[in-house]
Amino acid sequence: MADHSVAVAPANQRTTPMLEVTDLEVVLPAGAVVDRVSFTVPAGRTTGLIGESGSGKTMTAMAVVGLLPDTASASGEVRWKAQDLLVAPERRRRQVRGREIGVVFQDPSAALNPIQTVGRQVGEILRRDGLPRTQVRARVLELLARVGLPEPERQADSYPHEMSGGMRQRVMIAIALAGQPELVIADEPTTALDVTTQARILALLADLREREGLAMILVSHDLRVMAHVADEVVVMYAGRVAEQGPARAVLDRPYHPYTRALAANVPAVTSRTAIAEPLPGAPASPFDRPSGCPFHPRCPMARDRCVTEVPALREITEAGAGPGRFSACHFAEEVS
Amino acid sequence: MMLTFLLRRLAIGLFTIWGVLTAVFLIVRIAPGDQATVALGPDATPEQIAELRHTLGLDQPVLVQYLNFLGDAVRGDFGQSYRYGRPAMEAVLERFPATVTLTLAATVIAIVVGIVLGVVAGHRPGSLVDRTTSAATLGLQALPPFWVGIMLILVLALWLRLLPSAGGGDLEHLILPAVTLSIPFTALVGRITRSGVAETMSEAFVRTARSKGLTEREVLTGHVLKNSLVPVVTVVGLQVGTLLGGAVVIETVFAWPGLGNLLVGAVGNRDYAVVQAATVLIAVCVIGLNLAADLAYARLDPRIRLEARR
Ligand SMILES: Nc1ncnc2c1ncn2[C@@H]1O[C@H](COP(=O)(O)OP(=O)(O)OP(=O)(O)O)[C@@H](O)[C@H]1O
Ligand code: SF4
Ligand SMILES: [Mg+2]
Repeated sequence: MADHSVAVAPANQRTTPMLEVTDLEVVLPAGAVVDRVSFTVPAGRTTGLIGESGSGKTMTAMAVVGLLPDTASASGEVRWKAQDLLVAPERRRRQVRGREIGVVFQDPSAALNPIQTVGRQVGEILRRDGLPRTQVRARVLELLARVGLPEPERQADSYPHEMSGGMRQRVMIAIALAGQPELVIADEPTTALDVTTQARILALLADLREREGLAMILVSHDLRVMAHVADEVVVMYAGRVAEQGPARAVLDRPYHPYTRALAANVPAVTSRTAIAEPLPGAPASPFDRPSGCPFHPRCPMARDRCVTEVPALREITEAGAGPGRFSACHFAEEVS
Repeated sequence: MMLTFLLRRLAIGLFTIWGVLTAVFLIVRIAPGDQATVALGPDATPEQIAELRHTLGLDQPVLVQYLNFLGDAVRGDFGQSYRYGRPAMEAVLERFPATVTLTLAATVIAIVVGIVLGVVAGHRPGSLVDRTTSAATLGLQALPPFWVGIMLILVLALWLRLLPSAGGGDLEHLILPAVTLSIPFTALVGRITRSGVAETMSEAFVRTARSKGLTEREVLTGHVLKNSLVPVVTVVGLQVGTLLGGAVVIETVFAWPGLGNLLVGAVGNRDYAVVQAATVLIAVCVIGLNLAADLAYARLDPRIRLEARR
């Protein structure tokens, strides 16, 4: 994807991204789970990754911080502050983790160490970096208060299993913030929570973004979450980008039938479950992609060409599309 | 509460000890040859035997004998060793430190070497290091300890002349029997640590630890190890008892002057008082060790502490 926008609008500072992922590919023994995904995160902005379960969102996000499973290998480029993290020395990659890029994991119950107090886990990175004990404690209490945990003094000494799901997620966020990162990767930060708690956690993330200028990669399969928080979205299907562009524009006027189907399936706000009704048909496995357009077996617009020819991700330039719209559909202009 | 949990464990332990005492009492009654006959030898007159039977209380009803036995046992009195001509418990306790030393040395070797091997192997399950270590520990666990002991004596003591083959007291004499005794236990600790570490490595919180920019070593020592140790502690607690039993065999191979040597001799001589005292002492130790393992287990994992409250 040739990015001309930098040359066209040099005056706009936001077009110089802090993180620039180019042609990222993640390969597992069973095959490529992430296939040529590119996106950027400008300082202070939020880029969302959206798609059904198994579409490669977590793998994409983990590749950025080098937290892929042992069996996975990543190629392409992850340019962070003018350095490609994929080829950076391990020392530098460790330094980035936690201190420059923090991570909030998908399931806070599993992501917290069950036998360490919450305070110890939040303070670990500070203690490791040589902050004196008393100062670590003070910082931990400050962090816990900042993520909205009541009674930080008491909570710091309790164990994860003594807390509710929402509180654990707040702890997880406190851990991610402890090293004062500039970018936070939040992998489905609300999926494991009930609807009320979801709203509170989202409000917290939005608040951190507004007040502290944190940049974020937000992974979710919930469009409502995206609409609230993301500036840009990347819609993934079977490990590939189906569509990407400015969040509002993509959701208001999709250029890919898959995005349109996701948008049509958003549950009512009153719904008890946060997870959208599954689309008809099973999601394509990245290990066994259908020929041509991977979405064709489920696409209501599919034609012969879709079965034989892989659609390239291309910029949509038709009048009224707005800037920065990309779609991997042969017939993108006919979608809306 | 922790206290009720403890009390329950303690009650179970006491009950088990009572069972052991009863068994020990019964076995001596069932064993061929009256204690008095055995003690006095084939040349004794019937009068002498009858007199000793009376002194030992063997002419009283079994129930009375049993109650007397229990009463004495609680005070640590298992009667006279006819062979050593002094209280059996005294003879047993004199040999006990040597056995404890041997068992402890083997335990320390097994814990240190086993945990290191287990962590190295379990860190990357399925790797070459893992497969090599696993095969080696499996092999070691299968070897009969006394055979290993004899091989070690042949190679290190008789052939290379690095260490003494038999005798006791000092560190030099301790090394071979302790290593021999520790081998199957080292292999066991290694395998249990390995499976615990391998399982913990796949937990999501390990990735959280990595997301803090920790080195692999910090991840292992700070997060993985303690989470994998619960089964290791349990096994160590349970197996130290078995090890105490294993020491009996190893002691005779290396002529280590411990309880095992004494016990084997006592069985051969039908010195029942010593057999009883030694057996009960070993049982009390095993039960005490299991209780300690339960405690350590609960301390390691706060979730168990919580469960204990129910
Ligand atoms: N540790 C792993 N080892 C091997 N394959 C994996 C592993 N984790 C995930 N996968 C596979 O990789 C593919 C992409 O998974 P990924 O977790 O990135 O999806 P996701 O979009 O985050 O889905 P979800 O919404 O369920 O979290 C899936 O097919 C999954 O089965
Ligand atoms: S390329 Fe064809 S199958 Fe794929 S989304 Fe577009 S219309 Fe549907
Ligand atoms: Mg995921």
